[in-house]
Amino acid sequence: MTNYIGKAVKRVEDKRFLTGKGRYTDDIVLPGMLYAYIVRSPYAHAKINNIDTSRAENMDGVVKIYTGKDIAESGINGIPTGWQVNFKNGDTMKEPPHPLLVADKARYMGDGVAVVIAESREEARDAADEIDIDWEELPAVANAKKATEDGAPLVHDEAPNNKCFDWELGNPKEEVDKAMKQAHHITTLEFTNQRVIPNAMETRAAIGQYEEATGKYTLYTTSQNPHLTRLLLCAFVLGIPEHRVRVVAPDVGGGFGSKIFHYAEEALMIWCSERLKRPVKWTSDRSEAFMTDAHGRDHISKAEMGFDKEGNVLALRVKTHANLGAYLSTFAPCVPTWLHGTLLQGLYVTPKINVDVTGVFTNTVMVDAYRGAGRPEATYLLERLMDTAALEMDMDPAELRLKNFIPPFDGVEQPGYQTQVALQYDSGNYHAVLKRALEMVGYEKFRKEQAQARKEGKLLGIGFSTYIEACGIAPSAVVGALGARAGLYEVGQVRVQPTGKVSVFTGAHSHGQGHETTFAQVVADRLGIPLDDVEIIHGDSDSVAFGMGTYGSRSLAVGGSAIVKSLDKIIEKGAKIAAHKLEAAEEDLEFAEGKWTVKGTDKSIAFGDVALTAYVPHDYPEGVEPGMDFSSFYDPANFTYPYGAHVAIVEVDKDTGYTKLKRFIAVDDVGNVINPMIVDGQIHGGLAQGIGQALFEGAMYDEDAQLINGSYMDYTMPRADDLPSFEIDRTVTPCPHNPLGVKGAGEAGCIGSTPAVVNAVMDALRPFGIKKDLEMPLTPERVWRHMQG
Amino acid sequence: MVTNKFDYIRAESVDDAITLMVKHGMDAKLLAGGHSLIPAMKLRLNAPGILIDIRKIQELRYIKKDGNKLVIGAGATHHDVATSELAHQTYSMLPEAADLIGDQQVRNMGTIGGSLAHADPAADWPGVMIAAGASVHLKGPDGERSVPAEDFFTGFYMTDLQENELLTAISIPLPPEGTRSSYQKFMQPASRFAIVGAAAAVTVKGGKIERVKVGINGLADAAFAAGNIEKALVGKEPTEANIDAAVESTGADAMVMADHFASEEYRLHLAKVYAKRALMAATQ
Amino acid sequence: MPTKITMTVNGQSVTKDVDARTLLVHFLRDNLQLTGTHVGCDTSNCGACTILVDGHAVKSCTMLAVQADGSEVTTIEGLSQNGEMHPLQEGFREEHGLQCGFCTPGMIMAAVDLLDRNPDPSEQEIREGLEGNFCRCTGYHNIVRSIQYAAKKINEPKKAVAS
Ligand SMILES: Cc1cc2nc3c(=O)[nH]c(=O)nc-3n(C[C@H](O)[C@H](O)[C@H](O)COP(=O)(O)OP(=O)(O)OC[C@H]3O[C@@H](n4cnc5c(N)ncnc54)[C@H](O)[C@@H]3O)c2cc1C
Ligand code: FES
Ligand code: FES
Repeated sequence: MTNYIGKAVKRVEDKRFLTGKGRYTDDIVLPGMLYAYIVRSPYAHAKINNIDTSRAENMDGVVKIYTGKDIAESGINGIPTGWQVNFKNGDTMKEPPHPLLVADKARYMGDGVAVVIAESREEARDAADEIDIDWEELPAVANAKKATEDGAPLVHDEAPNNKCFDWELGNPKEEVDKAMKQAHHITTLEFTNQRVIPNAMETRAAIGQYEEATGKYTLYTTSQNPHLTRLLLCAFVLGIPEHRVRVVAPDVGGGFGSKIFHYAEEALMIWCSERLKRPVKWTSDRSEAFMTDAHGRDHISKAEMGFDKEGNVLALRVKTHANLGAYLSTFAPCVPTWLHGTLLQGLYVTPKINVDVTGVFTNTVMVDAYRGAGRPEATYLLERLMDTAALEMDMDPAELRLKNFIPPFDGVEQPGYQTQVALQYDSGNYHAVLKRALEMVGYEKFRKEQAQARKEGKLLGIGFSTYIEACGIAPSAVVGALGARAGLYEVGQVRVQPTGKVSVFTGAHSHGQGHETTFAQVVADRLGIPLDDVEIIHGDSDSVAFGMGTYGSRSLAVGGSAIVKSLDKIIEKGAKIAAHKLEAAEEDLEFAEGKWTVKGTDKSIAFGDVALTAYVPHDYPEGVEPGMDFSSFYDPANFTYPYGAHVAIVEVDKDTGYTKLKRFIAVDDVGNVINPMIVDGQIHGGLAQGIGQALFEGAMYDEDAQLINGSYMDYTMPRADDLPSFEIDRTVTPCPHNPLGVKGAGEAGCIGSTPAVVNAVMDALRPFGIKKDLEMPLTPERVWRHMQG
Repeated sequence: MVTNKFDYIRAESVDDAITLMVKHGMDAKLLAGGHSLIPAMKLRLNAPGILIDIRKIQELRYIKKDGNKLVIGAGATHHDVATSELAHQTYSMLPEAADLIGDQQVRNMGTIGGSLAHADPAADWPGVMIAAGASVHLKGPDGERSVPAEDFFTGFYMTDLQENELLTAISIPLPPEGTRSSYQKFMQPASRFAIVGAAAAVTVKGGKIERVKVGINGLADAAFAAGNIEKALVGKEPTEANIDAAVESTGADAMVMADHFASEEYRLHLAKVYAKRALMAATQ
Repeated sequence: MPTKITMTVNGQSVTKDVDARTLLVHFLRDNLQLTGTHVGCDTSNCGACTILVDGHAVKSCTMLAVQADGSEVTTIEGLSQNGEMHPLQEGFREEHGLQCGFCTPGMIMAAVDLLDRNPDPSEQEIREGLEGNFCRCTGYHNIVRSIQYAAKKINEPKKAVAS
């Protein structure tokens, strides 16, 4: 009997947040703490001729100022990347150094050049204004395609044409070309999947603390994966002993990818603290966050899809320039390649696929994973192609998809589906999600309404998107072969206390996802104990053995599975103790509802009594160790593959080009669901971000590569009144290869929604002819211009 | 988000504030709701040495009828106007516009006097004040004077306010019977200031437009009265066709602004659309 | 030059010396250790810092501590009475109106003002009433539900008395 799994259990973490007792990094004040302010380059590309800190050093409260030169002289390394993608010809990926503060030249607007450390935030800030820097501005480039042209400004001398790598996947080009030649119709799109800025509501912050007496380092940081940060910090950047380093990610105010990566400021705070023997805190201002948090997306692509007369897809050809920014962030090389190219099969039986990606350095901040990471870019491309092709071939966009879907398979009776682009899908019934979505929309009725509205001069539109993603990242051996420099398993430790209460330590990190509730539901159910008897502990490398963190919708599929493995060990050991106490054979026992019972009798022993026995082993089975504490590493057998169908309905104002999103329908299949309330919440949040990219968000650079909309006065965040209430539903196709049957729900909303909205606007604009070169975000002026022809 | 250092003085009365301004000169700035000044200071775009706080001066915070005028104290918040029955009875565009400023938190703090003195070209009040035929009342060491709203906004963040002068109130003549009004705003999506805002007050008598005032903000470096529209409509019937024809001239003489949210061409187009929407709302 | 200020915060009178440039949000967080009020931006847009000053929702990052001298301030920490959650706090929990929790205190304080002005708001009125508060996690869907929950809870006893 399950008591908790599948139920909308209210979150156990809520109370502290609701009463103002959350504990975020910037809330932490340590005795003797100093404050850091980082002086950053106002230019996207500029040489530093000289830095004069003398005036600033004499200001009130200033303790120390370090510049890039001090960093260079200390001999430490720069920030590494965690993934290697080599050139097609075998040449090694270009991996230029990424120092904590630059000494010679700044390569993006926001590159750190000096750090002021003072007794107070105010004094640090005041002194920063008194540092004189002699800059020599250099030409700069922000656009990835332009950066590869001859004569473009060079971000790093060692990367000619600013190329970091080039990469190809799928069927050989010639095969794809041949299939294209046989096509009855080819739909071609050229577009930018624009750069978006993650904007977790909590800005990044870090406190470095070095204690001389113990030789111990502590880093408090706004991180989605404290262990990975510790590993990179110790092994790659500072060379400090890992066993004396504690990394704590306390409550974290959202991440969406941007807090996965190891950032320079984290290492810098530890480095400063070690020198000054006092804790040092840095908290990013929002303006600073706009400039320095890793951004997402930024692909320039040309995509072609060939169809036969009946509308069957024959081939797909994609060429992408992926902007990586000025340096390589932790997962940067992986996002536009292995998380993008591999998803170009989508839900379709496309027999021939070739994708070619060039990774490019530019004078912009690093680009890395942002909610969905590569998969939204792949989905956008496929789904824009599908709707455009439907328009061009005068077919119904829903029909066209249904015609091309991969047939249903459960991954157990029927094998997984082998794609042309390396992945093997686990299980799915793709027709079911789209059919359910069509039902929810009332598709036929809507088309009638639309026709009527058009007669009245109103522009209503409907847009579709179906998607698949690879989540539950990731099988270590597979990703290792693809260039990952780490394993992507997860760790779960279950410690049963003598009283039968349970502490669970997970390497996954919760920053909004509700792990403290979902994981507890799994544990309480498996052990048959009350939810309140379970505590989930995460985010502190001193208490949690190891972990790879939270991203790629992996926490439950991988982290949850690791916990289940430990629970199995607990139950197995418990059975030995129970058998001894009940004087029965182990095989005669069954474990249910928190007790072991001798089958067919009412003789039983409760979980709590077994736990107590394990810690007070007076009357105890021979050869069994005391205690009840197990740790497990779970390395997934495959990725998991959530999928879904999204539909948007919009109305465009003919006079102004303003788009109103009227309805949004999402049917997702995320496998088994432990807590539907939390899963729904994940979908909602993802939808808002995906819709945000379609209609509102996008980083803008001028010709000097200056970020010109780096504040909330200029960068449009979706607000409550920009969005409708969402209409969501799901189908459930369990994942066949993990013990919980879960697939992951964190990114789904963000992946499917963007193209649905854009397709809907294109559909609304149908009376103006077939339009396809409209770039996101679909601002009113862009849409208005489109209507002007 | 740390401002430069400054000293802070709370003024007890209007006269006290003027005395303090005279005493401290150019280094001092008045602080009303602080919702334009403090954000600028936090980004260090503005760094006054002394702030003279006038927010708590009670004689500045009121909305009242005075003879044939509605008088709004400079210290009245946007929220005060949004919820004022008197303001609503005078011109419905007053609370309408107030409600479209920023968000509730901003409206709770920001003042109408601060907004007019600040003269952000994208602010909402200037256009509305012009359409309402308001006068702006100023007081300085040399006494009081008043300026028609139409002449008050002289350029990009520039007004007719002289050194050491304080904006004390706005007075709005009560409109003749048969007058209706509307303020329509196309928002810049991020900041929600106006890309363009159009305020219209129209008096219809015997089926004809007897009087019409249109104020436009956001389009040019300062809010202005759309005199061409007014000329084109007086004496005409308030039909959609007449309005369509009249708004064609919107911004004809204006130096139209452009930014990454709206090009010159688009902004001008929006001004016409929004002028029409305001006129239609005030007449249909 | 520090200035002495006195205000009532969550029902308790506090007197402190502060610099004129100390923002109210920093005063609450740094001087009074009331870290439930957050800072999410530097341009007065996000609303994470929303508190009540003399009963009205205000962005405490856009007010100087000295401006609040003599005022009555309520923060998220002062919202529950006698250990009982405010209906809005309860609503956010019941309807899953929070994920990372960072926007939540500001969101709730803005909602207190909203329900104060309009005890029975429509969905559209709730959405418009939250235009000064950003949430990156929830897509606002459940925040709307949470406020509806609270409105209902607050209104029910009143309606019962009326009938
Ligand atoms: C997030 C946000 C969104 C906003 N959105 C909008 C919007 O959509 N539309 C809009 O119109 N505005 C908007 N505003 C601006 C807001 O309306 C301000 O309140 C207003 O512009 C200034 O009023 P204040 O009382 O806050 O003035 P302050 O900020 O205190 O002062 C502004 C300037 O005026 C001077 N000043 C103030 N009062 C007087 C006086 N009585 N006499 C002489 N000089 C004086 C000051 O010295 C200062 O230079 C927004 C502000 C914010 C923070
Ligand atoms: S911190 Fe963003 S509005 Fe105050
Ligand atoms: S709950 Fe995370 S920002 Fe709202």
